Amino acid sequence: MAWFSKSKSKKENKSSDIWIKCTKCENHIFKEDWHNNLNVCPKCNYHSKISAYERIGLILDSGTFDEINISIYPADPLGFVDAKESYKDKVAKTRKKTGLNEAIVTGTGEINGIKVVVAVMDFRFMGGSLGSGTGEKILQASNYSYDKKIPFIIFSASGGARMHEGILSLMQMAKTCAGIARLDERKVPFISVLTDPTTGGVSASYAMVGDLNIAEPGALIGFAGRRVIEHTIKQKLPDDFQTSEYLLEHGFIDFIANRSEMKNKLYQVLSFYNR
Amino acid sequence: MNKKETSVSDMEEMLEKLKAMTDTKDSDFAEQITNMEKLIESKKKNIYSNLTPWETVQIARHHKRPVLDDYIKLLFTDFIELHGDRRFGDDRGLIGGFAKIDGQPIMLIGHNKGKNVDENVIRNFGMAKPEGYRKALRLMKLAEKFNVPIVTFIDTPGAYPGLEAEERGQAEAIARNLVEMAQIKVPIVCVVTGEGGSGGALGIGVGDSILMLSNSIYSVISPEGCASIIWRDGTMAQKAAEALKITASSLKELKVIDEIIDEPLGGAHNDYPSTVKSVKNVVLKHLKKYKGNSESKLLKKRFEKYSNIGVFNK
Ligand SMILES: [Zn+2]
Repeated sequence: MAWFSKSKSKKENKSSDIWIKCTKCENHIFKEDWHNNLNVCPKCNYHSKISAYERIGLILDSGTFDEINISIYPADPLGFVDAKESYKDKVAKTRKKTGLNEAIVTGTGEINGIKVVVAVMDFRFMGGSLGSGTGEKILQASNYSYDKKIPFIIFSASGGARMHEGILSLMQMAKTCAGIARLDERKVPFISVLTDPTTGGVSASYAMVGDLNIAEPGALIGFAGRRVIEHTIKQKLPDDFQTSEYLLEHGFIDFIANRSEMKNKLYQVLSFYNR
Repeated sequence: MNKKETSVSDMEEMLEKLKAMTDTKDSDFAEQITNMEKLIESKKKNIYSNLTPWETVQIARHHKRPVLDDYIKLLFTDFIELHGDRRFGDDRGLIGGFAKIDGQPIMLIGHNKGKNVDENVIRNFGMAKPEGYRKALRLMKLAEKFNVPIVTFIDTPGAYPGLEAEERGQAEAIARNLVEMAQIKVPIVCVVTGEGGSGGALGIGVGDSILMLSNSIYSVISPEGCASIIWRDGTMAQKAAEALKITASSLKELKVIDEIIDEPLGGAHNDYPSTVKSVKNVVLKHLKKYKGNSESKLLKKRFEKYSNIGVFNK
């Protein structure tokens, strides 16, 4: 594939219908191969982002997903306007472009016949940021888990809090964790799956407090941004800093699982749940 | 210090000179002094009732603003500091221990900002590390065991963004506190006294009553940080401070906090005794509210409180 990386020409742009360039190893992969491999690079095992519904398709038994709270979408509590546009317009555009109402899809389904409640974040919706609607959907999903005593699984993919909702966004960290805290009362398992990226306020709330924390390979997981840290400590950080592998080594992840084996791993773990 | 404050402080300086002249010479400036005092008072009133969010940020970060040390000395008695998280070390940026307020025993936990460079180097400017949040949790569990309410004082630019903090699980430490604080079986009263810096503030900020001093701020991100991300320009901080709605009155409107504690005219840094008195009265009022509540009622109400935070469409 070396001939491709030599010239970043128009040819390459035209061929982008057929090829995907891996952002990690920079190899060009046939789009079809890329998708058949679940958006994972066949050359370097880089797990790129996938949409919430694609992930649900990979995890839940076909035809078992029952979505809840599909109609919740962001309001604009601060009347926030950034350099280019208002939050309201940004939300409208994003909803139209992604077909999603919020940065998370929630519902119930089955994993090899075991009933679960899932909440799956979608990075395409404003970087998977945690807004009021996102928080509400997570809380309601965990409440459903609590009421029915069904295991709860969250798949995180998020840059953190949603600045456009200011302090209300920060408070969603406390709100979601209050819901998760209740699950212990009833001995309901909560599994957190961390995918690329899981950072900021999402890492510092529900994503890091699973009974099990499971990560996809090579995901960026951390609290503060790399640049902020480098600026603070005035030194370069190691290359593997804030990766799944780094977190595993430091004791914050139970194990790393490839996307292709995630469903089976979740099933294996849940099959130990004896209630 | 902002421009408006400077003009007041110039006037105050002049007033002092007038007073000094009255003391040293026989001449009597009584009338001028009274007039000057009135003028300063009205000017202050005018300034402090019309602060922009960015001006509020400056006051919240004022180097003379009372910090935890001051409250420990002036508001509480019998403080016994308890050190260490029993896992890694003792964070000087976030401290705690038993204390009494108006004779009532409580567990006091707070960010430990200093007032000069030497203090701030040791205390890391009140930016806590994982061991700080884990110590806080240990002390909250202890409060639960001893059956004393918890009072937290929040004043931090944010959780410490460093290599070691990440390595030791800054995210996990804060997240764990959010989960545990939702279920701690004694009343928790949180007071934002200066800067409520994002997750670093929230890590000791989940409770039954959330209070804010009138010139304090509480934000998901610093105005500077927001400006550099959204406007790609750190100098837009002033604009970001407005857009983010970070003042006590905004947070009250958004139903995130329960009560605003009024600061004396000129801000907390101009009058410690009055500030301490207001804080004490309001904290006592809120502690009283939860006295005699059953554990289950307390936790149910706390859960409802957080369930209701947020604005979205359906
Ligand atoms: Zn690759």
